[in-house]
Amino acid sequence: MSNQPLLRINNLQAGVEGRAILKGINLDINAGEVHAIMGPNGSGKSTLASVIAGREGYEILGGEILFKGEDILEMEADERAHLGLFLAFQYPVEIPGVNTTYFLKAAINETRKARGEKELDAVEFLKFIKTKAKLLDLPEDFLKRSLNVGFSGGEKKRNEIFQMAALEPIMAVLDETDSGLDIDALKVVANGVNQLRSPETSQLVITHYQRLLDYIVPDVVHVLHDGRIIKTGPKELALELEDKGYDWVIQEAAQPA
Amino acid sequence: MSSATETIEGFVKSEYKYGFITDIEAESAPPGLNEDIVRFISAKKNEPDFMLEWRLKAFRYWQKLTSPNWPKVDYPPVDFQDIVYYSAPKKNTDGPKSLDEVDPKLLETYEKLGIPLHERARLAGVAVDAVFDSVSVGTTYQETLAEKGIIFCPMSEAVQKHPELVQKYLGSVVPYTDNFYAALNSAVFSDGSFVFIPKGVRCPMELSTYFRINAAKSGQFERTLIVAEDSSYVSYLEGCTAPMRDENQLHAAVVELVAMDDAEIKYSTVQNWYPGDENGKGGIYNFVTKRGLCKGRKSKISWTQVETGSAITWKYPSCVLQGEDSVGEFYSVALTNNRQQADTGTKMVHVGKNTRSTIVSKGISAGKGQNSYRGLVQVRKSAENARNFSQCDSLLIGDQCGAHTFPYIEVKNTTSSVEHEATTSKIGEDQIFYCNQRGISTQDAVNMIVNGFCKEVFRELPMEFAVEAQKLLGVSLEGSVG
Repeated sequence: MSNQPLLRINNLQAGVEGRAILKGINLDINAGEVHAIMGPNGSGKSTLASVIAGREGYEILGGEILFKGEDILEMEADERAHLGLFLAFQYPVEIPGVNTTYFLKAAINETRKARGEKELDAVEFLKFIKTKAKLLDLPEDFLKRSLNVGFSGGEKKRNEIFQMAALEPIMAVLDETDSGLDIDALKVVANGVNQLRSPETSQLVITHYQRLLDYIVPDVVHVLHDGRIIKTGPKELALELEDKGYDWVIQEAAQPA
Repeated sequence: MSSATETIEGFVKSEYKYGFITDIEAESAPPGLNEDIVRFISAKKNEPDFMLEWRLKAFRYWQKLTSPNWPKVDYPPVDFQDIVYYSAPKKNTDGPKSLDEVDPKLLETYEKLGIPLHERARLAGVAVDAVFDSVSVGTTYQETLAEKGIIFCPMSEAVQKHPELVQKYLGSVVPYTDNFYAALNSAVFSDGSFVFIPKGVRCPMELSTYFRINAAKSGQFERTLIVAEDSSYVSYLEGCTAPMRDENQLHAAVVELVAMDDAEIKYSTVQNWYPGDENGKGGIYNFVTKRGLCKGRKSKISWTQVETGSAITWKYPSCVLQGEDSVGEFYSVALTNNRQQADTGTKMVHVGKNTRSTIVSKGISAGKGQNSYRGLVQVRKSAENARNFSQCDSLLIGDQCGAHTFPYIEVKNTTSSVEHEATTSKIGEDQIFYCNQRGISTQDAVNMIVNGFCKEVFRELPMEFAVEAQKLLGVSLEGSVG
């Protein structure tokens, strides 16, 4: 059992409206590892994140995704979340009228319920959440606002990582968490993510730019192009890409083996 | 309902003092409406002459009218001669003998709404035994009110015990000439609440229809009158979240409120009459005339409603702002699901100087529901410095429902300020997915978003009602998504 990867993606093919976007993804992530996926626009990065999380609207054309050994492709998004899967959205949506605190308490307790754990009451919850808020340097009034309404880009991203800290997932997929962030916000977010690293949990960091990976140092880097992973390497690969761009990798992959 | 529950728990222990007030063993009237039936109703209620005269005048006026058909609702024409206008009070042996005999779906709903176990029996019509004797419970409640000089009793009792007050105020806000259904109601009204708060008295508890003594199973043509004298205050709750069935399909109630100088009346309604099945069969027609007269200076009347039931809801709780510096408010959540229809809104009529009105209307449409907001803001020539703010928001769930808005703004005084805002939105898939990804089911997500949408209105409800209203919305929206 301990040899089994936490997340195993086998030959995953998925598309939208008859058009294939993921054309055979193979990926193993073991517990305790941080993997980065980089790639040019249109390579399928966000589609991969959405399909792992269970967003509707995508056709699964083949393959499987095993999370903790279970095939999750047939599961609803909320079921996958209960198993411990978390997606930090690239564009977190606003939900007017829904208080951030209330939303979080509902989310935390739903997962606890699903896991057979005791739900947190209001007092326990507030205590719990305040420690997490400190982690991400979030102001007190933040919890009183409607979910993401009136939040700056940076605040929205910090809110994503704050939720990650609160929900304590086993596997977190971070979809371009760095997009739209200045260096200070980036550091805060990265620090939050790093605090959550542990031997039992894993992270899949999807990013366009190498910069984030200076702060969230990956164990493995993959390059995604046209729906396939065309190269895998250690963290230095990210620096090479920063230096040379994606073309050389694409050309290298196009050459017959 | 929760403070009602506490009160019951408290009184269950006290000694049973009063026998049931047995009504005359009357048979029901035959279907149909004519002067004889009106006299029959009045006689059964032992009404004084002035009441019978009033009913007859109303009936004769009604006969000259035709039913209006301007609202945006579709229904087969009502045959007024096919309705029973007086039914015998239900005998205790008529209903189910125990909860085991009650429709399990109904019990499931009570469970979802969080209705306490012993209340479920009463609501389902199970024969009430001495433990829940609403007479003794209600009576003790009454004593607290009587100490303050507050009158709270059924209309039928008020007509006999306080005829001078009834004569003075009945029809003063909604005369029988007002409209077709007001005329009908005035002729055949069954029962309702009469509330009188004397000068300077602040009613110490929320008055609820639950505590009306000897409330016969009326609701068909309810007539309610609330009078708040100078510097008084009352908060009145009408209805309950439990789904209410009634063999009578047409409900045409009239509610009149009168507020004197510095007085405030807060009237809250949670309505969940049987809405009909998914195909629109059956269901109550809820055609109501509600109006408040802010008669005195600095008087205030607030209407708060959560309408989730009925096949058709047709009502415009309104305020006439006559007194200088008077304030009128209307907060509403109206939900239409499956094949329900609603044409509801308010009328704020500014007459006096420096009057203010606020309208917040939240319409939620789901299934094939059709929801219309119809509002009138009228600023008369005399209304110096009138202020109005209106906000009507519509939320659409799914793509087969409809939301319509008919705002009427008539301003005849240039010192006034009238603001109107409106939004229409859908619950976005992105929002649902975001919630799903955080472990929240789609149904819970919809409930959360809808409650967020209705927050401003729920804030105005007395707390226990607010909690129930949230649950009620959740239950009413079940199955509307996915």
